[in-house]
Amino acid sequence: MDDFLAARSQMALSLGFHIIYACIGMVMPFFMAVAHFKWLRTGDQTYQYLTKAWSKGVAIFFATGAVSGTMLSFELGLLWPRFMEHAGPIFGMPFSLEGTAFFIEAIALGFFLYGWNKLNRWFHWFTGIVVGVSGLASGILVVAANAWMNSPAGFELVNGQYLHIDPIAAMFNRAWFSQALHMCLAAFTATGFAVAGVHALMLIRKQNQEFHLKAFRIAIVFAVIGALLQPISGDISAKDVARRQPAKLAAMEALYHTSQPAPLLIGGIIDEKNKQVKMGIEIPGALSWLSYGDFKAKVKGLDQIPVDEQPPVAITHYAFQVMVGIGTLLAMISIFYLVLLLRRQNLLQAKWLLKVFVYATPLGYIALEAGWVVTEVGRQPWIIYGVMKTKDAVTPMPGISWSFYLFSAIYASLTVIVIFLLYRQIKMVPKLYSQPTSAV
Amino acid sequence: MQDVIITFLFLAILLYFLLGGADFGAGIIELFTSTKNRGKTRKTMYHAIGPVWEANHMWLIIAIVILFVAFPKIYSLMSIYLHIPLAIMLIGIIARGTAFVFRHYDAVKDQMQEIYNQIFIYSSFITPLFLGIIAGSMLSGKIDHHATNFADAYIFGWLNLFAIAVGLFTVALCGFLAAIYLIGESRAEEDKKRFIKKAELMNVAAVSAGALVFLAAYIDNVPLVNWVFRNGVGLMAVVLASLSLVLLWWLLLKGKTKILRILAGFQVSMILVAISFAHFPNFIRLSNGETVSLFDALAPAKTINSLGWALLLGSILILPFLGYLFYKFQQKEE
Ligand code: HDD
Ligand code: HEM
Ligand code: HEM
Repeated sequence: MDDFLAARSQMALSLGFHIIYACIGMVMPFFMAVAHFKWLRTGDQTYQYLTKAWSKGVAIFFATGAVSGTMLSFELGLLWPRFMEHAGPIFGMPFSLEGTAFFIEAIALGFFLYGWNKLNRWFHWFTGIVVGVSGLASGILVVAANAWMNSPAGFELVNGQYLHIDPIAAMFNRAWFSQALHMCLAAFTATGFAVAGVHALMLIRKQNQEFHLKAFRIAIVFAVIGALLQPISGDISAKDVARRQPAKLAAMEALYHTSQPAPLLIGGIIDEKNKQVKMGIEIPGALSWLSYGDFKAKVKGLDQIPVDEQPPVAITHYAFQVMVGIGTLLAMISIFYLVLLLRRQNLLQAKWLLKVFVYATPLGYIALEAGWVVTEVGRQPWIIYGVMKTKDAVTPMPGISWSFYLFSAIYASLTVIVIFLLYRQIKMVPKLYSQPTSAV
Repeated sequence: MQDVIITFLFLAILLYFLLGGADFGAGIIELFTSTKNRGKTRKTMYHAIGPVWEANHMWLIIAIVILFVAFPKIYSLMSIYLHIPLAIMLIGIIARGTAFVFRHYDAVKDQMQEIYNQIFIYSSFITPLFLGIIAGSMLSGKIDHHATNFADAYIFGWLNLFAIAVGLFTVALCGFLAAIYLIGESRAEEDKKRFIKKAELMNVAAVSAGALVFLAAYIDNVPLVNWVFRNGVGLMAVVLASLSLVLLWWLLLKGKTKILRILAGFQVSMILVAISFAHFPNFIRLSNGETVSLFDALAPAKTINSLGWALLLGSILILPFLGYLFYKFQQKEE
């Protein structure tokens, strides 16, 4: 593998790994806070068990998220030193604020995990909320940094010099809001569906029904709200991309030719050599409308973008299809669930619905990874859009492919261990948290 | 504002060394404890560092963020020429952080525990070793940014006598800090005795490794003696550190534990002060005799200002909360 490709793959792998743990760390504290609150209000023991069971999972995820995040803050330099040398002072602001947010999160987590029976009950509850809020804040901040790479702001490039640097303007670049909003919703949707799916499986297996039903009910609220808002926020993102990165939009839609009006492409097989799309459904005018809110608007195709500035089309397009497909599916499942809820169907009897949730367990995370592939690969060949090419940023050190293999092995083993640990946690639920009278 | 930032950088490094170092040391002590007593050592250790574990490691993140926002040139130089030791240190951090948490939170306690233990113990040794090697290599004057072959550019910059001696010294100091810290945390008289023994051992190790550093400096032509003894602050720091060492032994023998901690922390801080003050503001020595100073590589004023404010405001939020965390879980141990 050549070193440049290895560096890109290692970066993508590390981020793809980190993001899963980070999202869980951002969202689970809110689930726990709800369960914890219900316990404090009602004194129902099941809720306390639920909070404790979840908090053990979170501790495992947090540790993995923290070490992979530490890894990332070095890796940006290890792999892209030329990028960081110039970009550090410009887009560093969100990272330095993020440092504060992480710190508060880590402290609050210490209180929360070790504070049972040691702290005032409501203060203890509050520290859980602090974990969630600061996690969310750090997520928003780091996405603002990524948004700057898509939509550089806060400096002027004069003869290769980065002048008039304004880190605040860089942080509030044009992409930060749409990306951060979409990201936060994605975290809630993905984690919500994943947690709901696991507990749905246990419900089908008729284990600790009360425990798992309560867990399911908390997770699903977040999942449904997220999934219903996600398409709206996705639409905002798409309009934003159309304005700031036409090359990315063209790649997402495999739009090889500038069109007016432009059709929306669904599915299709991309032939990058011949610049063609085979099969696939075209909805006339829909892309124009989705990008500019006007069925007749002109949309720039790849033919108007210099060849050496075009992103890889196939990956970007397929990833986009996966994300939007899953997004639509999850929104539909959510609507179904709401309908059933209105009809006061008993969830435990609607076994088929529980099964749907079981199958949906990984979908949110797949969409989340796919979404990042759209954003990151769609930005190529730029590392800072329109300013610096990725290949000019890579480290001069040869042999990166070895580092890539090594870290791939490490991440793979960590993934296996985390799944193994989680499986054990769930298996132990009946033993640790059973009540003598577990009527539903 | 740049002074604020440099102060924060120094404090972050120091606190990482003291707090993070103490918990690296806990693993090192485990490594040098007979298998029979490891269970007990582990328990004391878990009570002592569990709650503050995540927070202790945040100092490294703060230091790194300061480095890449305010001193990007230094960050990128280190990233390129010290890639290999940094990567090894990172693997250590990953292995350690996850093993520590996994062994505690694994719902089933079976032979997996032993695997986590092994990983934890060895990575607790590797991580500070490479941390020290990285620090040492920045002063070793062996980083060659004009090298044309792989080994000169990416290996001998850090694989040299001086850097390795600093690495070993760091390991010994971490073990020493941890032993002192754990003395105060252990409740049983017998545990206390064991940690006192360990503290004595680690202290001897640290002093010998310190001597090794001077020897290596002599061989590798690092003007360490000049830095430390040719200026007032360095000299004073060394004298204070030595005096406190005598005091420390005396207290150790008398079994006074509370004040020991402060003294040990003070000692390690003095060592860091002596080294960093002497060649401040230079940060990296290159093989051609040039140095890279903090001021050469400074980010533009606006960035420095915003970073400074972010750090100041951040610490207003963090410090009381962190203090309360330490206080609360300290109190419970009594
Ligand atoms: C649960 C995950 C999830 C789901 C269901 C969706 N997305 Fe998404 N999407 C993400 C998770 C995600 C993401 C991983 O969070 C990204 C990557 C970068 C970002 O800001 O969000 C993203 C990026 C992203 C972008 C690129 C933004 C940019 O480059 O700035 C667009 C245009 C969309 N999404 C559009 C949609 C649409 C129209 C959806 C319709 C249902 C949708 N997404 C569902
Ligand atoms: C280049 C990209 C990134 C870098 C350099 C980075 C850096 C870090 C670091 C250093 C930590 C450890 C903090 C600790 O010990 O608690 C961390 C954890 C975390 N990161 Fe990232 N991160 C990146 C991408 C992301 C993204 C995309 C998100 C999410 C939106 C995110 C959200 C988080 C969260 C919530 C945590 C807290 C740990 C947890 O709750 O599991 N990070 N990150
Ligand atoms: C967290 C989810 C993320 C995922 C899954 C992700 C994925 C990827 C992928 C797939 C690449 C390789 C693109 C290619 O060259 O083909 C990449 C590159 C990169 N990403 Fe991300 N990214 C994420 C977030 C971020 C964030 C938050 C940042 C920074 C603040 C970031 C910074 C970079 C950098 C510096 C590169 C290397 C240059 C490049 O190839 O574009 N990424 N990422």
